[in-house]
Amino acid sequence: MGWFFASGLFTSPPVQVALVIGAVAATVSAVVGVLAMVRGLAFAGHALTDVAATGGSGAVLVGASPLGGFLGGALVGAGAIALAGHGPQQRRDVATGIVLSAATGLSALFLYLDATTNATTGVTQRVLFGSLFSASSSTVPVAIELGAATLLLTAVIARPLVLSSLSRELARARGIPVGVVSGVFLVTLAMAVGLSALTIGSLLSTALLVGPAAAAVRVTTRMSYALVIASGIGIVSTWLGITLAYDSYNWMPHHQSLPVSFFVVVDVVVAYGLCSLVAARRARGRRV
Amino acid sequence: MPDALSVEHLTVTLHGRTILDDVSFSIQPGEFTGLIGSNGVGKTTLLRAILGLQPYETGTISVNGEPRDLQHAAIGYVPQKIALDSDVPLRVIDFVTLGLDAERWGLRRRSAAQRDRVAALLEAVGGAHLATKRLSELSGGEQQRVFIAHALVREPSLLLLDEPLASLDPRNVQEIVALLHRLAHEHHVAILLSAHEMNALLPVMDRVVYLTGGHCASGPTNEVVQTDVLSALYGHHVDVLQVHGRVFVIAEPNDATDNLPEHPTLTVH
Repeated sequence: MGWFFASGLFTSPPVQVALVIGAVAATVSAVVGVLAMVRGLAFAGHALTDVAATGGSGAVLVGASPLGGFLGGALVGAGAIALAGHGPQQRRDVATGIVLSAATGLSALFLYLDATTNATTGVTQRVLFGSLFSASSSTVPVAIELGAATLLLTAVIARPLVLSSLSRELARARGIPVGVVSGVFLVTLAMAVGLSALTIGSLLSTALLVGPAAAAVRVTTRMSYALVIASGIGIVSTWLGITLAYDSYNWMPHHQSLPVSFFVVVDVVVAYGLCSLVAARRARGRRV
Repeated sequence: MPDALSVEHLTVTLHGRTILDDVSFSIQPGEFTGLIGSNGVGKTTLLRAILGLQPYETGTISVNGEPRDLQHAAIGYVPQKIALDSDVPLRVIDFVTLGLDAERWGLRRRSAAQRDRVAALLEAVGGAHLATKRLSELSGGEQQRVFIAHALVREPSLLLLDEPLASLDPRNVQEIVALLHRLAHEHHVAILLSAHEMNALLPVMDRVVYLTGGHCASGPTNEVVQTDVLSALYGHHVDVLQVHGRVFVIAEPNDATDNLPEHPTLTVH
């Protein structure tokens, strides 16, 4: 196995940081992602990534932590979605489109200023596509705490959230404060996007949110199994991605590591493909 | 014994239009009541008001003699058919279990007694074989059964159903009506079911709330579905005909300036 787990992989401090942050982000994203599937909100995650990119690039500009920027951006995006939640669908789509292009435009400005005035090299790559190996070890406890808080919040709202996702009326008739529940869920969605933006970059953060959850619900009808399977897919994809990125240093002629996010996204896509195959085989088995 | 449901002088205005105008009626425990009226007369608005989803100008709504807003647990609700994304990872049995206490925060282990109750209700609605199916894979009739089990699992004293028969084929209509009739007796739950066509309900309906033009007439079915009562309610002459145990409400064109044919317009309610 030495060829695969290259020497120094597990003793390298940046890799250890990456493995921990990656696992936390993957777990939170998978859990929130499964609930987003139930809620039909998987796509809202995409809207948050654009705003998270603006937050991340802005944070670099003022010298703040990228995680704070990602989270702040995603939370602002979640607030905007909650406000746009009222009113006709078409106006909502238009409003979302305009807000997102404004956010991306701001990202372009911030990233330009980052690169020119601060001479922060590789900042565009880092904010949009992530650079897990450059995460500082001081981020680890913050990520763990945020992850734990998000999972706790999700557990607290789980049942009211599921019922109000199935039928708003049914939930309101039971006295569930549907607005509060969906607001809290958007916060957990923003936390998940923020954490996975740190892992694989803001633009790709929905890969960890949507991919493992979508794969899991293909192969199980049970919510509890879906949560476990999605978390498993997320963690394995992230750790495998980290390992492959580390190994790629030895493959490349000029000895540079390929981006972690590339490998993670490939793993997630492969997992989704495998789960779809399993689901298709089962469906065929049932028909025969 | 207090009324299972009592609605007094209820007036609801939506966007400046009076939908319900001084509506009063009451339902006794264990009674099967049909809320009858054509589309758009305010049946759903009335149900929503009883559920606490629709604010109203004046009137009072009480459940078991208590103000309605303290009575979430006493009311079960079956909404119209809902469309679910096919990949929602939720089984029928999970959904019925959710009926126990979906409004509570946090996660909780289910007791053996709770699991037994869920299984017994699924059995009672004829849905035991659906338990491990995905909720999104159910047909219209199956979904109605499962939603009824979800609503009844915490033993409400009043069950509201919004047009549960509208999207069903005749066989399923008969089966669901018979099922509800049986459940009303077995679980001693008062049922208020909205429908635009009352014939399927005639064999089981103890009471009718007939809604038109914002007003209602209510009482035992054979006292309300009468030519004079419905004519007074509509404000013009209608005939009520009974043919082979079916009821037809026939309205005559009341506007002489209309070039309507001499034949009465037949509307089947």
